[in-house]
Amino acid sequence: MLTFTFYLFSVLAIASAVLCITRRSPVASALWLASTLFQVAGLFVLLGAPFLGAVQVLVYVGAIMVLFLFVIMLLNLGRQEATDIRGLRGKVLATVLGLVLIGELLALRSVALSAAITLPAGEVERKVAEQGALQALALPLFHQYVVAFEVTSVMLLAAIVGAVVLAKRRL
Amino acid sequence: MYLGPALAVSAILFTLGVVGVLLRRNAIVIFMCVELMLNAVNLTFVALSQQLGLDGQVFVFFVMTVAAAEAAVGLAIVIALYRHRETVNLDTINLLRG
Repeated sequence: MLTFTFYLFSVLAIASAVLCITRRSPVASALWLASTLFQVAGLFVLLGAPFLGAVQVLVYVGAIMVLFLFVIMLLNLGRQEATDIRGLRGKVLATVLGLVLIGELLALRSVALSAAITLPAGEVERKVAEQGALQALALPLFHQYVVAFEVTSVMLLAAIVGAVVLAKRRL
Repeated sequence: MYLGPALAVSAILFTLGVVGVLLRRNAIVIFMCVELMLNAVNLTFVALSQQLGLDGQVFVFFVMTVAAAEAAVGLAIVIALYRHRETVNLDTINLLRG
């Protein structure tokens, strides 16, 4: 049953992604991308990261996609007569490069993980059962990676200032 | 448990993102394809975190934060560009100077 759910989410994610890159209207593309991100959130839950799934829905589907739709509507790009998809040469190039890339990535998948970096089986489950899914994630975030966490807040501040300055009409 | 299939899905999603970037001319759609690629990598992180430890899930946090900041700044650039050129077609926007 769980396997069926996993494949359902996977197939829907890939189908939505295909529709996202082939729809002519930017609004349709954005909505299909939101669908893809939602399916990926489901995959996160199935892969044992329920909190990241919730954050994915909140941040990506909720905030980032709304920002995209907002900009599309602000610039009034919703109804485009001419397609922005490249011509035959661009399509052939994109397909060939895509096939090469997918071949490379799927070949990489067969590389076995080194035993030196792999945790013993059940280690992650044990940690989650011991500390809870949220604490197991929060402890490294606020201990081991606390410097990165603080630097991220500085980066967000820089992004806020940058976005306001860039979108300002008159500097 | 689902490591192999999850990595395959994330490889396919990443490739679709790359194909989208190569296929489209609309700056906003290309931007959305970049978000798709970031998300595919997040899926890889989460899938591998079952065997390599929960640090991978912490990294997904940072990727999401950077993606949010990138979306805000990038869309501000698109708005500034549109105000300047009245288009978001990347074929007509190929100079760095205004």
